[in-house]
Amino acid sequence: MSDHAPSPQELVQITYQPKGSTDWLEPVATLSKGRYCYSAAAKNLNAMDLPNPREWQPFEEDWKLPPDWQKIILNGMQARLKKFRSFRLFMDICVRCGACADKCHFYLGSGDPKNMPVLRAELMRSVYRRYFTVAGRLFGKWAGARDLTVPVLKEWFYYFYQCTECRRCSVFCPYGIDTAEITMIARELLNLVGVNVNWVMEPVANCYRVGNHLGIQPHSFVNSIEMAVDDIEDLTGIRIEVPINRNGAEVLFVMPSADYYGSPHYYTLLGYLMLFHEIGLDYTISAYAAEGGNFGLFASNEMMKQLNYKIYAEARRLGVKWLLGGECGHMWRVLNQYMDTMNGPADFLEVPVSPVTGTRFENTRSTKMVHICEFTADLIHQGNLKLDPSRNDQWRVTFHDSCNPARGMGLLEEPRAIIRSTCNQFYEMPENTIREQTFCCGSGAGLGTDENIEMRMRGALPRANAVKYVQQRHGVNMLACICAIDKATLPTAMNYWVPGVEVGGVHELLGNALVMQGEKERTTDLRSEPLKEKEKEAPVHA
Amino acid sequence: MSPLRAGIAFLLVVLVAALAYFGAETAAVRPLLADILPYAALVIFLAGFSFKVIRWAWSPVPFRIPTTCGQQKSLPWIKANRLDNPSTKTGAWGRMALEVLCFRSLFRNTRAELREGPRIAYSEDKFLWLAALAFHWSLLFILLRHLRFFLLPVPHWLLGMSALDGFFQVGAPGLYITDGVIFLALLYLLARRFWDAQVRYLSLLADYFALFLLLGLVLTGIQMRYSDRVDLERVKEFALSLTVLSPHISAAVAPLFFVHLTFVCVLLAYIPFSKLMHLGGVFLSPTRNLANNSRIQRHINPWNPPVKVHTYAEWEDEFREKIRAAGLPLEKE
Repeated sequence: MSDHAPSPQELVQITYQPKGSTDWLEPVATLSKGRYCYSAAAKNLNAMDLPNPREWQPFEEDWKLPPDWQKIILNGMQARLKKFRSFRLFMDICVRCGACADKCHFYLGSGDPKNMPVLRAELMRSVYRRYFTVAGRLFGKWAGARDLTVPVLKEWFYYFYQCTECRRCSVFCPYGIDTAEITMIARELLNLVGVNVNWVMEPVANCYRVGNHLGIQPHSFVNSIEMAVDDIEDLTGIRIEVPINRNGAEVLFVMPSADYYGSPHYYTLLGYLMLFHEIGLDYTISAYAAEGGNFGLFASNEMMKQLNYKIYAEARRLGVKWLLGGECGHMWRVLNQYMDTMNGPADFLEVPVSPVTGTRFENTRSTKMVHICEFTADLIHQGNLKLDPSRNDQWRVTFHDSCNPARGMGLLEEPRAIIRSTCNQFYEMPENTIREQTFCCGSGAGLGTDENIEMRMRGALPRANAVKYVQQRHGVNMLACICAIDKATLPTAMNYWVPGVEVGGVHELLGNALVMQGEKERTTDLRSEPLKEKEKEAPVHA
Repeated sequence: MSPLRAGIAFLLVVLVAALAYFGAETAAVRPLLADILPYAALVIFLAGFSFKVIRWAWSPVPFRIPTTCGQQKSLPWIKANRLDNPSTKTGAWGRMALEVLCFRSLFRNTRAELREGPRIAYSEDKFLWLAALAFHWSLLFILLRHLRFFLLPVPHWLLGMSALDGFFQVGAPGLYITDGVIFLALLYLLARRFWDAQVRYLSLLADYFALFLLLGLVLTGIQMRYSDRVDLERVKEFALSLTVLSPHISAAVAPLFFVHLTFVCVLLAYIPFSKLMHLGGVFLSPTRNLANNSRIQRHINPWNPPVKVHTYAEWEDEFREKIRAAGLPLEKE
């Protein structure tokens, strides 16, 4: 743990009593280290033709804003008020009832009143009132309005990058006010004056040019996949083939790039590949559209569209019939709620039909993109897979609903169906912390970087706390999830708050349980850990 | 800051009351309050309210962004949640009806508490929902009851409704249930802004102002009915005269009624400029009123912007040697 992060014992000394002395209309004086991300490097802004590339850091006094920055932001607000009903409406109708206040993981983990979703939005709303409403123009601070000053802008940067766009607050809001929407607009506005974070902009720039977040070039991409093929052979004795950039396949499979360069994501990749081999899927992956993740979502709607473009373009080039997508949270927000609108219509594709079960995925008949959990759950339900759940007996599993599949899609039962069929020991966390009420990992929306570690651990507290509950009660040692950012950041959070709990993908569990034709007897799981000795016990499906 | 804001809001409402009270006793001001203010308030309300709603309605909804609060419709054997995650227009209407009539989302409210351990405990917290629901439904009933001042003869349904509201027949005249309920609900909503440290911290003057104004309105109404009774016949004459655009108020109507009337007018005129616009806005919220069917049916963004993209051909040109070395197929050799 870096020197910015206090110990869990120190960090949990949280008071939810806002200090009465400072009015929230006053911007915070200092940005506290460990609670923000570093600035975006100029080269990444240049790569995306973004304004004001320069060297600067949030902890410096002078942010080197353009001289007319205030005008730029206000014009940007005006333009977006006209383009997004959500923005104008959410600026106008909040009644400050406070129902959202204690629903935010960052507020629960920090006690900082400006992390209450309502106040996070008020940071923007106060400026909206000042320049765009009668009451605000006339009565200023008495109407909750304030001038757009440099400290206010800094506060925007601080708090709109302390929001993971997880939408939990929006579930509880009587008007459905979605802080994610406000944060997205705020980040677009900040982009206009060159205030962005590198952990968003570098993946965006890499993804745009090379095709994935880390900028892994085609030959290294192929190497990673070959390594997976070798590992699967070691494990099962079966040499599988993974087609890349193959013309005329039936299905293009797109996964988050972390699946082929990250750990524990990699075991999920093994799971997918074993499954595709076993059912004889006619598919290909692409080295060009090698990223399902889309950090453009965390930057602006235009950047999201720029990156998302590649998926349909590649599907068209390769002449596939339909698309299948891997385990990733924000990727699925984009695929489910934005892709067709932005880069459709996908009229050159066919309505997805499972070649094994014949199931027609009517719920994707316009987008033509199926979630891997929908696909696999269908295979299992129709009895097309031979599974040995005892090969997951080393795991006592709980499932973390990732924010976007839960609240931007409603993919709740499909992954659970897979887990129930592949694991004997499955335990749910308390109901206020799962499904549509799930808590964010605390590192989503481009905040998962090391310098932000204190805030990440604070944000992870509610999730970790629920894991701890099932750890103590049921001995849970595996937190399963379907999100690449979860897999990248929850291990750190578990280590910090609930040591002894591993993080893994649902298709890793599937890969363990999947009995493949002609496989040798397995002695280890996908992680090369020895399997648990089989006990003479009836399997328990919790 | 918050007590100061609450104090000023309270004084503003007292000021409105005082102006109305003494205005009613001043020959020059009395006709202004009775004959002009109601029309002015109504015009401001209608114009302002429509302006805002039309402006919202005309701003595009570029993306289909419902907040899904239940299982999606996917495979036939998985039961979809048709109301909290609707996949059809009918479902979305159902969701809106639940939201508007029953405050579905507020019903989910919980309270989080950090206990020793550390352990975060979540408990049900239905009071806000209950108070909000009680307030809004009572307000609707009371508004409808007031129609009897504007209609001659009073329709049967209205009489029936009023009778139902006065079902318990406590005291004379019979106590309306809604009068008691709206008063208690408002009191709770106000008290919450003082007691709850978080809500107190974030509350603005406008939040207190709306509550004090509504409380003033309710209290003057109750006072006129149960203690300082006004001449209802004369009030009805006045109400009817308003509807035919020849306002006239009898000298017999007491100043207390003017306070009540002025509160109504201030409230009406204030709505378009305030958070009370949630009354219209709730119907237009794109996270609630859209079906989660963006994979089934393409949603159109009217301003879908052209963007610069990195095409396959450009990518291949840039990485040609590496692609070849990796043994991947090339479009152009």
